[in-house]
Amino acid sequence: MAIWDPEYECMPRDEIRRLQSRRLVDVVGRVYENVPFYRQRFDEAGLKPSDITSVDDLEKIPFTTKDDFRNQYPFGLFAVPRRDVVRIHCSSGTTGKPTVVGYTKKDLETWSDLVARFLTAASVTADDTVQIAFGYGLFTGGFGLHYGVEKIGATIVPASSGFTERQLHLMADFGVTVLVCTPSYALYLGETAVALGLSDRLKLRVGCFGAEPWTDQMRDSIEERLGIRATDNYGLSEVIGPGVAGECLERNGHHIFEDHFIPEIVDPETGESLPEGELGELVVTTLTKEALPVLRYRTRDLTALHTGKCSCGRTQARIERLHGRSDDMLIIRGVNVFPSQIESALLEVEGTQPHYRILVDRERGQDTLTVEVEVGAGIFRDEMKAMVALENTLKEKLTNTLGLTPRLRLVEPKSIERSTGKAVRVIDNRKD
Amino acid sequence: MQVPQISVFLENKTGRMADVTEILAQNDINIIALSVADTSEFGILRLIVNKPEEAYKMLKAAGFTAMTNFVIAVEVADEPGGLAKILRLLSDAVLNVEYMYAFVEPSTGRAALIFRFEKETEAVRTLQAGGIAILQKIDVFKD
Repeated sequence: MAIWDPEYECMPRDEIRRLQSRRLVDVVGRVYENVPFYRQRFDEAGLKPSDITSVDDLEKIPFTTKDDFRNQYPFGLFAVPRRDVVRIHCSSGTTGKPTVVGYTKKDLETWSDLVARFLTAASVTADDTVQIAFGYGLFTGGFGLHYGVEKIGATIVPASSGFTERQLHLMADFGVTVLVCTPSYALYLGETAVALGLSDRLKLRVGCFGAEPWTDQMRDSIEERLGIRATDNYGLSEVIGPGVAGECLERNGHHIFEDHFIPEIVDPETGESLPEGELGELVVTTLTKEALPVLRYRTRDLTALHTGKCSCGRTQARIERLHGRSDDMLIIRGVNVFPSQIESALLEVEGTQPHYRILVDRERGQDTLTVEVEVGAGIFRDEMKAMVALENTLKEKLTNTLGLTPRLRLVEPKSIERSTGKAVRVIDNRKD
Repeated sequence: MQVPQISVFLENKTGRMADVTEILAQNDINIIALSVADTSEFGILRLIVNKPEEAYKMLKAAGFTAMTNFVIAVEVADEPGGLAKILRLLSDAVLNVEYMYAFVEPSTGRAALIFRFEKETEAVRTLQAGGIAILQKIDVFKD
């Protein structure tokens, strides 16, 4: 199979390591010089940029977290002057404020190159027609994939998300061969294709799915329904977006692009580094990003790292398909949702108490989010008009904060279990 | 001329109405009138009872979200056109009815209506000017 950038993707491991060390020294210097946040972190830790001379020194550097992004909102972590930032994307923060990420011209080049790598690893070529059913917008999925596909030279159908029936007609009419979306949406498209009798007209051969954890069973049913090879790719906006790692057709895990990122696996509780092959939290350091370099970013994604040789020929380490999260973040239709966001949105409505419950289900391949809110004396009225208005206000607040529309259910007080410890507010019923 | 009404928030779940009425029964509270407004998910139960303060206290103690407010009780002629006359008066004055429900006034056995208006003062004035009797009290409250 083809390899997009064999020079780097097949680089001997000791050379990768030397390259990483060189680039690490460079990025540490850049952030210390240009980002007050990192300078302060280093100073507080009694660490000088000159203390970092190779990858072996990585563990000396303090972690960066999603909260740091929130505290530096919007541009505090940028390492270049604003005029050099040519694109902004956002993802959900842990509370109302989104996490903001920026790119220079060169960052966008790097990004599309990395997307081209995983697309190539999934066998996509210039001969393909690729339908992108990720939302185009602040979410990194749509634009991230778009420019990667363009780089490869394939034909793009930028369908964006939603309008399932239209998606299928476009695929059938245009002879689309590659589908890009979340795995749960792929499953739903497959079901709908069968229901509409369009399956036979589809020419799909490969799916490049991401932005959501999924299982082997789900992969099997997608492959069966759409008649494709389903591949997974991994990324997160804080690091770059999609294009941090991607599967090759060997399905030995996702090759993580180590010439641009240093992966580590740490114990999510203690932060201690874990040996190769052990399950823990993925921590990523970016080596080449200009606008928003991050040092030792705690992804909260649980996986394991393997450096053994892959039969595809690539030498870059592989991460296992994600095993889950070390925090309470939910991924719903590809959108990151934190329970704390839901709580702060609800509390913006006067009289609302923080008694709520979050139910996540998967109905016909699509994730649904239901928020139950207890009606206390503070928000109860004898007029139905007022209650319906309340329902709408709460729903609107949630939609604005989360970027997706939940179902809202008003429930009686105390119908949501109270517990003395951490309240169980999230019930995730998603099975495959 | 205002009558106390208890409103209770209920989920659309089997047995919730039974729970409310049992609590009232156990405390020897009599229901004079009631109405339910509901969506597919929840409902608002509105009650006129003989001992409103006690009813409110008991329902609250049982964990229900309840509230008390005052509504207007109007006597209506028990004959064709009785209600239409009242509603026409209000509509001519461009006054909206939030909700209404009918009951039989216990002491007289005559038809009566509970009204909740958006603009209460104006509505009462309009009705009185139109010769409609606003009930000053419902006799069961006398005890």
